[in-house]
Amino acid sequence: MMTTRRSTKYGLRFIALAYLAILLFVPVGLILYRTLEPGLNHVWQEITTPAAVHAFWLTIEVTLIAVPLNTVLGILAALVLTRSNFRGKALMDTVIDLPFAISPIVVGLSLIFVYGQTGWFGSDLADAGIQVIFSVPGIVLATIFVTLPFVVREVVPVLIEVGDEQEQAAATLGASRWQTFRRITLPSIRWGVAYGVVLSTARAIGEFGAVSVVSGKISGQTETMTLLVEKRYGNFNVSGAYAASALLAVIALITLLGMTVLNPRKDPS
Amino acid sequence: MSTPSISFARLGRRKPSTKAYVAGRPGPLAVGVVMLWLSVIVLLPLSAVVVKSLDGGVGEFWDAVSNPQAVAALKFTLIVSLIVTAVNAVIGTLIAWVLVRDDFPGKRLVNALIDLPFALPTIVAGITLLALYGHGSPVGIDIAFTQAAVAFALLFVTLPFVVRSVQPVLIELDTDMEEAAASLGANGRTIFRRIVLPNLSPAILGGCALAFARAVGEFGSIVLISGNIPFHTQVASVYVYKQLESDSPISAAAVSVVLLLLSLAVLLGIRLLGRFTSR
Repeated sequence: MMTTRRSTKYGLRFIALAYLAILLFVPVGLILYRTLEPGLNHVWQEITTPAAVHAFWLTIEVTLIAVPLNTVLGILAALVLTRSNFRGKALMDTVIDLPFAISPIVVGLSLIFVYGQTGWFGSDLADAGIQVIFSVPGIVLATIFVTLPFVVREVVPVLIEVGDEQEQAAATLGASRWQTFRRITLPSIRWGVAYGVVLSTARAIGEFGAVSVVSGKISGQTETMTLLVEKRYGNFNVSGAYAASALLAVIALITLLGMTVLNPRKDPS
Repeated sequence: MSTPSISFARLGRRKPSTKAYVAGRPGPLAVGVVMLWLSVIVLLPLSAVVVKSLDGGVGEFWDAVSNPQAVAALKFTLIVSLIVTAVNAVIGTLIAWVLVRDDFPGKRLVNALIDLPFALPTIVAGITLLALYGHGSPVGIDIAFTQAAVAFALLFVTLPFVVRSVQPVLIELDTDMEEAAASLGANGRTIFRRIVLPNLSPAILGGCALAFARAVGEFGSIVLISGNIPFHTQVASVYVYKQLESDSPISAAAVSVVLLLLSLAVLLGIRLLGRFTSR
């Protein structure tokens, strides 16, 4: 860069990399080292205890319910926001952003006030024999809440970018709405959708605050991976907590790889 | 990254056709389905918080939010979030600059790792920081259970916001203006202050707003490292959690309403910013 002096350039580079090293690279590197210190065998034992295996599958189960639901409704919401005009659109836009701005603790709390024992529908649900809070449905609802905006927010810019001329043309030529969507719209937004799905999945697997309020943390029943990490750490089983963290970190790294490959906003480097 | 696109989604928004119904577009049924989904998942629970906070009347609501411990927690949360946001504004812009304008071996890897705090579960982030900067730290720095630790954890989880919001704008920014300024004798500092910064400021502000919202509500990465000392390191979200645990739902709901209002204020701020910059 001709306008940047050499010394300034190296100085800025040094500050940026030093900050990232202190905050991010060294801590993450250390935790990986500490995890692998007792040997891979130990790590494997810690993540294959019955409680850990159950926590793993519960996390996967919750993610597999929340992410597809949010994907389908997220695409629909993105279409509605970009292709329709109706009263209350600005309000809908803001409501979709809310889960990004709200504390996960407030999310969990709000679900308790609706579905908990003394909540709005608590006694009706109890009469019907349905338990939401301190049970899997509550964890699912909390996860849906916190991952709601991701797909919408990735698809909306793509829909604006591609415009609606092709969709109009298809409709004029007699295509049904579903045909237009499947043949024209979906192919053009698929990378945006994929990116949104990756982000939702990462958040769903990693959610802690909202889930910890509604789960009740019953080992082997309502304990997700992140809750298992917290419990093990609290019980001074540090190496067990590290092992479970490492599994989550590996999932995070795979996510990161997916994000780098799929990111629609490419950098020119 | 995803979240900064909240602000950018609005920048390029074309005015949609004014025709009420155009062939091939989602109809009223689709609008209804989305409305219903949002109402059940988001609006119903949030209204329950507001209603619950007023269960004991306005007086009890006020008592709950003016409780000294609640005030201390809210105050600390606000101050530490503002500090963290300010640091992000500077260092986030700097990192984005280095990633776009500088070139060094391993840059692509560094660029990819910026998103790690978004991908890593927050509880793992907390444990990660504790391993290096907690009791028994291998580098001899123990900041566990201090206010600095809370700020540090928040810096970790909010790192990507400003970087990822400034980066695309910096990529798009033409260097012509900077070169013109340089040829007219402006030095690096003047060029940055007069040319680059005004172009970046909407993106910086957008990223800051998101970082601030995240910092105010953060729980997972803080809960272990803060030690949760009332009047010292206890943040608002942890206070709400403790109130719920000690069976004071109205107090938990009341402080949550304050947090909700803050979230709404941030979202409205982003909206106004988007409208302002797209003009």
